Amino acid sequence: MTPDTEAALAEMITAATASLRICGGGTRPIGAPALRAALSTSALSGIELYEPGAMTLVVRAGTPVAEVDAALAEEGQRLAFEPMDHRVLLGTSGTPTIGGVVASNASGPRRIQTGACRDHCLGVRFVDGQGRVLKNGGRVMKNVTGYDLVKLMAGSYGTLGVLTEVSLKVLPIARSTGTLIANGLDDARAVKALSAALGTPYDVTGAAHVAGGRTMVRLEGFEASVKYRGAQMVEVLAPFGAFKLDLDAAAFWEDIRDVRALAGESGDVWRLSVKPSDAPGLVATLPGAEAVYDWGGGLVWLRVPSGMDLRASLGDFKGHATLMRAAPETKARLGAFHPQPAPLAVIEAGLRARFDPKGLFNPGLMAPAAEEAVI
Amino acid sequence: MQMPTPDAGILARKAEIVAALQAALPAGAVISEEAQTRAYECDALTAYRCPPLAVVLPASTEEVAAALKVCHRMGVPVVPRGSGTSLAGGALPTGDCVILGVARLNDVLETDYENRFIRVQSGRTNLSVTGAVEENGFFYAPDPSSQLACAIAGNIAMNSGGAHCLKYGVTTNNLMGVTMVMMDGTVTEIGGAHLDAGGLDLLGVICGSEGQLGVVTEATLRILAKPEGARPVLIGYDSNEVAGACVSDIIKAGVLPVAIEFMDRPCIRATEAFAHAGYPDCEALLIVEVEGSPAEIDEQLAIILEIAERHNPVELRQSTSAEESAKIWLGRKSAFGAMGQIADYMCLDGTIPVSQLPLVLRRIGEMSDKFGLKVGNVFHAGDGNMHPLILYDANKPGDLELCEEFGAEILKLCVEVGGCLTGEHGVGIEKRDLMDYQYAPGDLDIQMAVKDVFDPEWLLNPAKVFPLGRSEARRIAAE
Repeated sequence: MTPDTEAALAEMITAATASLRICGGGTRPIGAPALRAALSTSALSGIELYEPGAMTLVVRAGTPVAEVDAALAEEGQRLAFEPMDHRVLLGTSGTPTIGGVVASNASGPRRIQTGACRDHCLGVRFVDGQGRVLKNGGRVMKNVTGYDLVKLMAGSYGTLGVLTEVSLKVLPIARSTGTLIANGLDDARAVKALSAALGTPYDVTGAAHVAGGRTMVRLEGFEASVKYRGAQMVEVLAPFGAFKLDLDAAAFWEDIRDVRALAGESGDVWRLSVKPSDAPGLVATLPGAEAVYDWGGGLVWLRVPSGMDLRASLGDFKGHATLMRAAPETKARLGAFHPQPAPLAVIEAGLRARFDPKGLFNPGLMAPAAEEAVI
Repeated sequence: MQMPTPDAGILARKAEIVAALQAALPAGAVISEEAQTRAYECDALTAYRCPPLAVVLPASTEEVAAALKVCHRMGVPVVPRGSGTSLAGGALPTGDCVILGVARLNDVLETDYENRFIRVQSGRTNLSVTGAVEENGFFYAPDPSSQLACAIAGNIAMNSGGAHCLKYGVTTNNLMGVTMVMMDGTVTEIGGAHLDAGGLDLLGVICGSEGQLGVVTEATLRILAKPEGARPVLIGYDSNEVAGACVSDIIKAGVLPVAIEFMDRPCIRATEAFAHAGYPDCEALLIVEVEGSPAEIDEQLAIILEIAERHNPVELRQSTSAEESAKIWLGRKSAFGAMGQIADYMCLDGTIPVSQLPLVLRRIGEMSDKFGLKVGNVFHAGDGNMHPLILYDANKPGDLELCEEFGAEILKLCVEVGGCLTGEHGVGIEKRDLMDYQYAPGDLDIQMAVKDVFDPEWLLNPAKVFPLGRSEARRIAAE
């Protein structure tokens, strides 16, 4: 089903008698696999409002990310949270949509400086499980009017409602980008270097390390400023390695954003969110794992042998691990999302029961479904 | 402003409830004498007052859980309180409630510069969080005007902002984790030293929930390395439209100042008379501040000044020293005090799309004539968060009501032009009954459904945020 108006979407949901797979362009099949009828927002497309002087964009959920990027670039602006394109890593095809970005809270390397996708979401419109068209937030940058359900909807993977429109804060494209690069640092040393970089006033907008490869720190802004901070940063990082400033390495950050180092080949891909200084030690307990560290070490992408229970291997750690790419059997056995502690699992189940009382939206995707086929 | 009638049954059981709280908490943690509970009768929205049934001042997460368990078992409403600086009446008691103050929870639990966070108890004041890390060159970014007094607990409840959030975001963008006690006494931990808690973004919905979902006792906050320096520039224009266009052009040029502050003529005159900051007597005044090394500041200011010149300013003042910077900020920082010297005032907090600024200021001027009450406008122009200050006389019968009516019209106008009722102060009781202008019944119902999940008995701060008529059925059903 591909409704082309919000009203048609609401009618379909009101009339639905079986659970649905809610999607945008279908390029991010994260979560437990589901053989259900798809309901896609891809026909709810187009930019509703764009005010460059207010740095705000209101856009329908099914709008291709490429269309959003192009419109913003014309005014010298961008989605500052640098959403990942999952197609290379997950081996999918299709057209990524802005609704999919928000539903998965997709946030790239710049997340450490400017915040995640959820931090740039100003408002949402969505259809809940009763077929009601609802809104929360708005299109202004500061808004504490009532509960912030915008954040709740961001990263809810279509399990609470079907997004139809999102309002986003956008930011200017930096005039220039400088990347400090060193090679051959071991993981522990690299993460220490990234922490040192992030502890400076030089406004680092990317801090990544590919195990066995490059360690990179990104600076953005006006060119003279990037050069100044780059020179300072070389000094700061000298105890960790011989970093050199490269003013022409912006493309490396797309590789980090899309985790291209771990694309293709066999093996499962996990996404680990931890305290940065914990990361190298945790990775070291996983023999044979290939790792890409982003967010100064706080986000670790791992490729491990197929079928491995990474959470069991890591034992009791602070943070969470999401199974991003694996065989359906593995996803079903391990669960894609990290199990929540009991009190939070109860709250989440309660929220799903109220937002989606008929259990229509991606049941079982983020947490075990209360009961299948409730209808 | 209406509040629900206190539950006679609860009032009748006061002695029993106080005894149960005393049994559950250490000596001195329960206050029940009326002479003492009166200290908690209001927050910074002083027009409304009501002493609570009792006050509890727990000193640990366990004590908070113990107090909440008692109130939950006995069906007593609880109003959480940080430092009581809410301008929206967020901590206003009802006669049948227990105030749960977090003032004794003020320790720093952990500072971690390598991973750039601090973990504090929630009663700690905003400014003292920065105080705990500034020796090491770090700071906590959200900076509400009340930062000397306001508590992190209240900042989280209201999702507080500040002058510098154009660059650094508000509380929700700087909050990494919380320890929260549910109304039934269950202790939960959400998020922590890692970014983006797993599962649904419960942290995002707790931040800004005005103490209606749980009591936050500990918070993990992001800390940042202090910038090398900052410098403001002052720009005066003889029209609000031109000042608004200048703000828009600065943003479009790709410069991102840390603050863009705006004052209108009534506000400029009041602060000049009070603080003598040497502001020009003009229609609109902008203070734009940028950060970085001296060379970076020069580079950014050159772009800003070029744009400002293009709009023919009546005044353009660059700071060349720390003293001059302080003088540029002096008037802005004393604006509220200056207005308070003239009369009583009500401070509003609506947000508008920046493009609507000239229209909104014109309409506010017309309303000022209609109501016969003076108003000064001072606000964060970069993000459209307005703070109209309506002057009234609290001793003149009917003036407060007139002022509230005027305020409501301004807030409805903010919604009408695409903005919202409150940008950083919260709804509390002040904007509670205007929520219907912002949201349709279903939009409010789904928010109240969230409260149903966290607090099924509707005991936590129940008479706030939602219009009383909309929440009535839920509050009564839960009794």
